[in-house]
Amino acid sequence: MAQRVLDVLQRERPAAIVEVGSYVGDEMAVVERDQLLDVMTLLRDHPELKMNMLSDVTCVDYLGQEPRFEVVYILYSIPHKHRVRVKVRIGEAPEDCWVPAVANLWYSANWGEREAWDMYGVRFEGHPDPRRILMYEEFVGHPLRKDYPQNARQPLIRRPDAPTTDDQTTRLAESSHDRRVS
Amino acid sequence: MATTPGHGGGASYVPTLLQEAVNWAQKYSLFTYPFATACCAMEFMSTMGPKYDIARFGAEFPRFSARQADLLIIIGTINERQAPVLRRVYDQMPEPKWVMAFGVCASTGGFYQNYAVTPGADQIIPVDVYVPGCPPRPEQVLDGLMALMNRIQEHRGHSQQAIGNTANITIADRRRLPVLQDGTSMTLLPEERMPEGGRVR
Repeated sequence: MAQRVLDVLQRERPAAIVEVGSYVGDEMAVVERDQLLDVMTLLRDHPELKMNMLSDVTCVDYLGQEPRFEVVYILYSIPHKHRVRVKVRIGEAPEDCWVPAVANLWYSANWGEREAWDMYGVRFEGHPDPRRILMYEEFVGHPLRKDYPQNARQPLIRRPDAPTTDDQTTRLAESSHDRRVS
Repeated sequence: MATTPGHGGGASYVPTLLQEAVNWAQKYSLFTYPFATACCAMEFMSTMGPKYDIARFGAEFPRFSARQADLLIIIGTINERQAPVLRRVYDQMPEPKWVMAFGVCASTGGFYQNYAVTPGADQIIPVDVYVPGCPPRPEQVLDGLMALMNRIQEHRGHSQQAIGNTANITIADRRRLPVLQDGTSMTLLPEERMPEGGRVR
């Protein structure tokens, strides 16, 4: 169904496409990070594509692989009724773990990108409001990363007589590099 | 007449009788504050409704202001982010007050064992009665309410103070009492525990 989207992409921006694929009717394209904004603008504005709805922005953690993270954008075109997934692969190191924000292209990306930052620690450069969205500001680390310790608790408040928190929380606070969004 | 723990030893007969009368009045006029955060609230509505009719126990009047309530019912999952809010609600309630944890999430965190969920509301505030179930049946809720009423009558609520010898307790003394008081609220008497294999009805 959305194969023509991939065809247009490969015709218009051949250098930006790393890989295309299709699985049970779900078309996807892996895009270079430095050309992401260009490709996304094309997807939104090209008359044959008109992907005017961003359903979701999320992230996948492939722990142990390189590059580790994959940011996924799910796009839908209301006029043409086709759907496509755009993926960007990024590494784990703090200076590499970022993608350009598309929140200025689709308003719905605003909260999705904040959630991906909150849960996975992927920075979205140029985001208008780069804060956590679900966890509290005092939270250290990113809980949906697969190396986040399962038993770590970071309570905001406890009774004085409650059992003490697991020491994994302490280790987490010592090893984390991003205590707050800068 | 049974002496009440904490002040029964040298208390005279008349204040003890007054205490029992006050406890009797309080247990039949609980004003509830439903701190409803999750799906258990549906079952609470069923308990409030005409079929199970919590009004039979005098607790039918939910006050949606903590300052007018004396029974805090925690209905649903408490997140770490929400815990200070719950503590603030609890601190705003006038004493004496009682707390019921409604469902496993409020009691222990339930099946949520993760970074976000507080493992039980009793990590934040004292809890008098735990009602298990996911969600609990209305019969269980009424059972828990009756257990709480027995505790009130026996003067074992976590914030119940002796009014028998009020002559020596000034208002300033009462204000100086710590807000968080553990007391006996975290333990169950043997007859209050669920028997092996459940309770036969």
